[in-house]
Amino acid sequence: MPTAAPVEVQEPEVSDAVVADRPWKVIVWNDPINLMSYVTFVIQKLFGYSRDKAHRLMMDVHTKGRAVVSSGPREKAELDVFRLHEHGLWATMEHDE
Amino acid sequence: MSRFDRRPIRRTRSGSYAVDLGPDERAVLGSLPAQMREALGSRDDPSLRRLFPPAYTSPDDRDKEEEFERLMGDDLLAGHREALGVLESTVSAPELTAEQLDGWLRALNSIRLLLGTRLEVSEDDDTDVSGSPAHALYYFLGYLQECGIEALSGGSGPD
Repeated sequence: MPTAAPVEVQEPEVSDAVVADRPWKVIVWNDPINLMSYVTFVIQKLFGYSRDKAHRLMMDVHTKGRAVVSSGPREKAELDVFRLHEHGLWATMEHDE
Repeated sequence: MSRFDRRPIRRTRSGSYAVDLGPDERAVLGSLPAQMREALGSRDDPSLRRLFPPAYTSPDDRDKEEEFERLMGDDLLAGHREALGVLESTVSAPELTAEQLDGWLRALNSIRLLLGTRLEVSEDDDTDVSGSPAHALYYFLGYLQECGIEALSGGSGPD
């Protein structure tokens, strides 16, 4: 991930920072309790997606078992997962490939 | 619990949400937050697992999961309690604001997560086949939640 580095600063060796900066994917999993309409409602509410996009993501959850609903740095992904948990959705996060 | 011919939650012209429920239904709803709070008190109860799912599932991220639970666990509990408080304090109200109805939806959802986990509902359980009171309650809460979502999403009801 390119960052504006001051001139003449030595590059770090194999960088932990690069590993840490790899984006995280936030995943919502299918479950038998949450209503389909509720999953759509929550995705739309939390991420500001159009109803069509939220519905598409919900259908992925329902038919494929999971859908990536957002991605980004660790702190943002954790906050997204937390807000999904607050709404009772089954959400986890994992590193992007 | 019948009376399903008319939507129990509808958006009014003034932009609030009318709740059309009988005293028995309101009494049942009003009794649930206290029961939920009691259940939330014993965090090692396995039927609470859907209310406190892990964020990280990879064994490589075990440290991160512990940190996440340490930092966010209390806030998550507070969020669940806050929604239950909204339901409890407005259970007799004839009309709700959008914000209050949102609290209802979250509270109904967490109650359904606990109840559904205990009842071991599966994907195919679309109807109340057993006739048990707990199943009837589970489907009633789902119906109410569905109507609330429809009202909040601006979907037009049959009336």
